Amino acid sequence: MGTLLAAFDTSYFLERLSPDQLLWDALWTTVYISVVAMVVGTLIGVLVATGGMSRHAPFRLLAGLYTWVFRGTPVLLQITFWYYGSNLLFGFELIPRTVDLGFATVHGAIVAGTIALALNEGAYMGEIVRAGILAVDDGQTEAALVVGLTEDQALRSIVLPQAARLIVPGLGNEFNNMLKTSSLVSVIGVTELFADAQRAYSSTFQYVEVFAAVAVWYLALTTIWMLVQVQLERRLGRHERREDESMAARIFGAGQRRKTYS
Amino acid sequence: MIDAAETTTTDAAAAVVDARDVYKRYGTVDVLKGVSLSVAPRETVCVIGPSGSGKTTLLRCLNRLETIDAGTIHIAGEQLATDRTGGLLHRRARQHLAAQRSQIGFVFQRFNLWPNRTVLDNVTFGPRRVRGTSREEAARVALELLERVGLEDKAAAYPMQLSGGQQQRVAIARALAMRPSLMLFDEPTSALDPETVGEVLDVMRGLAADGMTMIVVTHEMGFARQVADRVVVMDDGAIVEEGTPDQVFTTPTSDRAKEFLARVLAYGVSREA
Repeated sequence: MGTLLAAFDTSYFLERLSPDQLLWDALWTTVYISVVAMVVGTLIGVLVATGGMSRHAPFRLLAGLYTWVFRGTPVLLQITFWYYGSNLLFGFELIPRTVDLGFATVHGAIVAGTIALALNEGAYMGEIVRAGILAVDDGQTEAALVVGLTEDQALRSIVLPQAARLIVPGLGNEFNNMLKTSSLVSVIGVTELFADAQRAYSSTFQYVEVFAAVAVWYLALTTIWMLVQVQLERRLGRHERREDESMAARIFGAGQRRKTYS
Repeated sequence: MIDAAETTTTDAAAAVVDARDVYKRYGTVDVLKGVSLSVAPRETVCVIGPSGSGKTTLLRCLNRLETIDAGTIHIAGEQLATDRTGGLLHRRARQHLAAQRSQIGFVFQRFNLWPNRTVLDNVTFGPRRVRGTSREEAARVALELLERVGLEDKAAAYPMQLSGGQQQRVAIARALAMRPSLMLFDEPTSALDPETVGEVLDVMRGLAADGMTMIVVTHEMGFARQVADRVVVMDDGAIVEEGTPDQVFTTPTSDRAKEFLARVLAYGVSREA
């Protein structure tokens, strides 16, 4: 133990903590892959959740299939699948390959990795959004119906905004996970935070210092997110007079389908 | 302020509500067994009866919050949208139903105010979203209505900051904001603390006096007696007695109505409306 500690190169650890341009780029890559995948995943989640409650059976089936497939296979597999899959679509090239998005060109692996993470996230967010929608009292929908909204309008204007408050804790968990899971895209050659660490130790072989430093960076990201989440919950819950004691129970407690009216 | 119809005739063609032989079944339970009810413009009808007699279900059927299994319901001479293709309404029918509902105010036992919207937003939401009324005009009307229910100073409050009676008065203002030709009240005071019941009943009494057409499902016998033009007694999914408050409360004819009234009036007319 003493020798191990003695061997810990504190100055190298601190050097890894004070980022160079490469680390800044890697950090930024981690953040934007995570944010884009989360935003797209949440939108997919809303579609999956509302599709799963649709009055039309094909939509319900589709939503069920989606959740089944994307929750039922490893993310790592999905990432490699989309990477090589997009290689098939765009012509099989080696990794330094760009995708023209019109407004910018992006590394192909980043596109594939972000798509994979977003699609995977959609399946999980679908369940969280569904639970949030079910947790909103039927009376809220009925009050919208009786002033003359259709059920679809009631869902969009009345139920979803209230469900948004209820899904934030679950969404917060998911984004926290996303910040870390995004490290998996390193396997298809994206230089995000984890890949940058790999690059660093492959030249210095100082694994412990490098991993300790990158752990601090991940902690920094998740901590910032934690603070953002608290603000988000306060903002969305500003109409509530008292603190919510058990949001988890409200989110995961409801199991039945929504009542329908047409 | 209230668009009450001019006419006071009671024939079916001019009726605001005309429900005929309405049947409703939940699973194996017959909740409504052929109920017919016609309500004339400017009329206030109170529906009373024991719990589980089908009062609330009947009221919800009139707004199609519940579908019916047989019979017809006309609101202002127009039939309520009916079931098509496997219990689902077509798109056009759904929109038509929404338009019909926008003419009918509905006040819930549990208020169902939208908790994430202020009192003012609760009242202006319908006119703005459904009628396309401008923000300013909707707010002007909303403030008038809030003043009418005695809550003009609560416009900026959120529902959770209000008492039950205040919330229910906001709910009434929210319904009135759509300028309905009919108001349905589903046990509007049953979820309230006794001391706030009166303030809600006062508002409703004022509406009735102004000529609003109203159907009130209630346990407030005093209110029914004083305010109703007609009292309907329901029991076991059917109307068992119907008449003026005097007829129903003093000389009921059916045994089941007598039984029910004997029970609820055992301690006199419970609350002054």
